[in-house]
Amino acid sequence: MAGFPPAFLSSTSNSFVELARSSAPEALPHPGVRDLAEQSPEGTTIICFRTASGILMAGDRRATIGNLIASHSMEKVKAADDYSVIGIAGTAGVALDLIRLFQLELEHYEKIEGARLSLNGKANRLAAMLRGNLGLALQGLTVVPLFAGVDVSRPQGQIFSFDVTGGKYEEHRFHSIGSGSGFARGALKKLWRADLDHEQAIGVAVEALFDASDDDSATGGPDFVRQIAPTIFTVDLENGVTEVDSASVLDTATEVVARRTATAR
Amino acid sequence: MSQAPFYVSPEQLMKDRADFARKGIARGRSVVVMRFDTGILLLAENPSPTLHKIAEIYDRIGFAAVGKYNEFETLRQAGVRYADLRGYSYDRTDVTARGLTNAYAQTLAGVFTTESKPFEVELVVAELGLTPETDQLYRLSYDGSVIDETEHVAIGGQADAITASLAGVRSSQMTLREVFNHGVTALGAATQAILATDALEAAVLDRTTTKQRTFRRLDDAAMSALRED
Repeated sequence: MAGFPPAFLSSTSNSFVELARSSAPEALPHPGVRDLAEQSPEGTTIICFRTASGILMAGDRRATIGNLIASHSMEKVKAADDYSVIGIAGTAGVALDLIRLFQLELEHYEKIEGARLSLNGKANRLAAMLRGNLGLALQGLTVVPLFAGVDVSRPQGQIFSFDVTGGKYEEHRFHSIGSGSGFARGALKKLWRADLDHEQAIGVAVEALFDASDDDSATGGPDFVRQIAPTIFTVDLENGVTEVDSASVLDTATEVVARRTATAR
Repeated sequence: MSQAPFYVSPEQLMKDRADFARKGIARGRSVVVMRFDTGILLLAENPSPTLHKIAEIYDRIGFAAVGKYNEFETLRQAGVRYADLRGYSYDRTDVTARGLTNAYAQTLAGVFTTESKPFEVELVVAELGLTPETDQLYRLSYDGSVIDETEHVAIGGQADAITASLAGVRSSQMTLREVFNHGVTALGAATQAILATDALEAAVLDRTTTKQRTFRRLDDAAMSALRED
């Protein structure tokens, strides 16, 4: 009988990953040749913290292969759906695949079930996908996400970090991942407060990423030549996910540079 | 005690199945799908707030069905799986209502001829074009036959009365408000009733939205705001 594959009609699952694994496994990222890690772009700083109205997540734009810059404009932080964001550090290609798959997983669930997943549910799904990715991770193609969002039960937002085995940890103030995360975290310890408004939050994010780029070659700073700014998203219950436009981010970055120039004299 | 006859002509067999399916569909409430100037409206008589007859399949594709709930639910979910897998394997813009409609038609035709009972369902698949000229409306019957419609299409028990009520209405030139009210009147046409807002289910595929997913349900408040009575 032609038409839909029988699996589409008889399935009771609401997971896209499961569907793809059974119907189109070649479309999913899968373990390949060993020792690809040295040839794959990676390196990053992603930061995320609580603000007065919800959460903010930001990431740099650089992808490196060893000492070479593979991309000046990679977007590592993306909206997972209307109320949550995800940023990934690690092997670039696998990271982007995982983000795309996760976005689709959430959308698929919402359409099949007719209701959105809770924020905790989304975090658990992401942890399960990471566990499924362990085969790749063991070959050096590691990805580590940072996930955050809001939902009706926790309007102030939640931040989740993960390890490669799929372990899930809730962060309560701020967190950072990637090769520059140590420097960014040091900056956030000094700059972050619980009640940052929109403008102040952007300032803190830009400055923390600036510090990371200052000392980690795999993290890119604001690029005034190409007008490429760090990616910054805010999430709150009223507006959902909003991306801060790159022009305002670059303006804030200009102020940071001016201040640093003045104090460096 | 009567025995099954030795021989039943194919015509008789198909006619019996068709009658069976048609009776099942005729018992149920109706749905009307209408193009308007900035989108497509899907409107159903449905007192249940949770058992939906109208659903989102993909960015620009909507689904509406009448008949047996569990049967059209199965088809709805299969459609979502088809669309998501295709959009993931290729690109989101590669998911079309035509491809989906073909899959539905073949599934329905297969079930009609080979399964022990046909699906008692009628479906509409609607695609929001980038321009009004490229909007598409497809109606699928229980036996897999497909008709493409231009302005509006009605399915369900009162489909004929609704279509008659909307004859000559060029809904694609009207606003959402006008089309919504035409639709509500048409849905009540057969029984001369004025349907209450909480007996309606509505959604639009909205060409003016900046979001990728254009499907949007209209809640009771939004529907009340559109009604003129």
